[in-house]
Amino acid sequence: MAYDTPLQLSERDQAMLAGEYGPATQMAMRILVQMAGIYGARELLDISAAHIDSTIYIGEAGLEYAERLASLGAKVAVPTTLNVSGLDEAHWQEWAVSSDWAEKAHRQMVAYASMGTIPTWTCAPYQTPIKPSLGQQIAWGESNAIVYANAVLGARTERYPDLLDICCAITGRAPATGLHLEENRGGDILLQLVDIPTTLQERDIFYPVLGTFMGKLAGDRIPVIANLEARPTDDQLKAQGAAAASSGAVAMFHIVGVTPEAPTLAAAFQGKEPRHCVQVTLEMLTEVYRGLTTSQDDSLDFVAVGCPHYSLAELQELAALVQGKQRHPNVRFIVTTNRRNKDLARKAGCLAPLLAFGCQITLDTCILATPMLHRSLRSMMTTSGKFAYYSPGMLNVQVTYGTLQECVASAVAGRVVKGVDAWPT
Amino acid sequence: MADLVLQGRPVVRGVAQGEALISPEPLSFWGGYDFTTGEITDRRHPLSGQNAGGKVLGVPFSRGSSTTTAVLLEAIRAGTAPAAILITEDDSFFALAAIVAREMYDYRLPIIALTPADYARLATGDCIRITEEGSVIVTKE
Repeated sequence: MAYDTPLQLSERDQAMLAGEYGPATQMAMRILVQMAGIYGARELLDISAAHIDSTIYIGEAGLEYAERLASLGAKVAVPTTLNVSGLDEAHWQEWAVSSDWAEKAHRQMVAYASMGTIPTWTCAPYQTPIKPSLGQQIAWGESNAIVYANAVLGARTERYPDLLDICCAITGRAPATGLHLEENRGGDILLQLVDIPTTLQERDIFYPVLGTFMGKLAGDRIPVIANLEARPTDDQLKAQGAAAASSGAVAMFHIVGVTPEAPTLAAAFQGKEPRHCVQVTLEMLTEVYRGLTTSQDDSLDFVAVGCPHYSLAELQELAALVQGKQRHPNVRFIVTTNRRNKDLARKAGCLAPLLAFGCQITLDTCILATPMLHRSLRSMMTTSGKFAYYSPGMLNVQVTYGTLQECVASAVAGRVVKGVDAWPT
Repeated sequence: MADLVLQGRPVVRGVAQGEALISPEPLSFWGGYDFTTGEITDRRHPLSGQNAGGKVLGVPFSRGSSTTTAVLLEAIRAGTAPAAILITEDDSFFALAAIVAREMYDYRLPIIALTPADYARLATGDCIRITEEGSVIVTKE
């Protein structure tokens, strides 16, 4: 096959393409080279880590792709973490998952686990011990992980689609394009916060709203936030990025004085003038906050938190809030995380209060990636901007966005209770 | 007798023929395309409710989720994919599905990029034939 692109391949790339590294590497390189041409890349570059989103079971074709690579003997060339799967192996029978789905989603897990990968099964790989560092070239899938890696860690990845992430992992190569290159990492749009109360900036509820706003405005451009006075936690930045990568295609952002490539406003824009400036007021954010709720009434069937996957710190915070309380028997309380964080929670002593409250801990997947929710579950509440954005369309539910305190109070009351530590309006 | 012959740029080469389904709005296949039927299910999209299986689908680019690639690949395998996709911007997510479909199933799904001006001359209901070189041959209703 001829490639009519200006792409320059190294000798090793050509050897992979010729099959000298085995048939799986050859297949991965064949796909990668064609894609590099479409990206307009002139060469491939070395990556030193990968994160695979193709683990999510969608259907037969994705499974056949994984099993084809596995049967050809695919092994990853760099440390490679795995995103959520389509199955909570420990708990799927407690939910509406069919055995046919479970069997196929499990086969897909087995295929990707067979490639020498690290079975993290999480959408928050940046909260594992193998997170990438400033300047590191990586190939990551999963939109929330991509934006966190670029913005918060200063690692460098493009938005890799499912199926291509694994080709990068197997070859250890990625197209030298987009956010891999220094000159493409500067800001495009300036978002200046105007009179946003610092007390609000310090709270968890602020960040999914700011992220949703940022995504709607920026699309796939790079927003820069200025005048943030609070020092957001890792979990708050995680929530912000996930929301921005849902309402928009944000793969990178800067917060002046907070994120590593934005020590100053000038650094965030790489010395260039912003193409567009927006003054962000409390009124504008309040409108976005209201838009995250679609519920028309106070009915409540379940609370879901942990999108992206809950960290140990978030599990501990929730455990402290539910201590001594009991959820209403008609309201399910779903916490999504991964097996490692559940083990950490057990060791830290915060698993018991969560279970005593009646939390159901869903591992290694999420409510959007596995068909676990029975269709009778119609009304949802969440702290997650990403869950709030996708759930009405994907799960056909009505959703209420609120604070963790509101979620707990609502789960106890058996209906949506607002106003406990709520958004200032 | 063709009414219009446009020269597109083949992002992924292939030949196809079908009735056009054209929209100015980008589309996410994840949550927007039912691969079991070929129906466009994004209720905010102008083509919502239309079946794109076997049609020449025009959407300027794919929106949002990177899982669009996986859903399009499922549609190809299930026989519910469009016959071709016309775009106005290089879209790596559509292209990847077409490249993997060729690798896995020896299946050709042409992805052709048109200039916005040429794209604007197409309408739903046109009969479109696509050549290996990326020519888009249009017969109006």
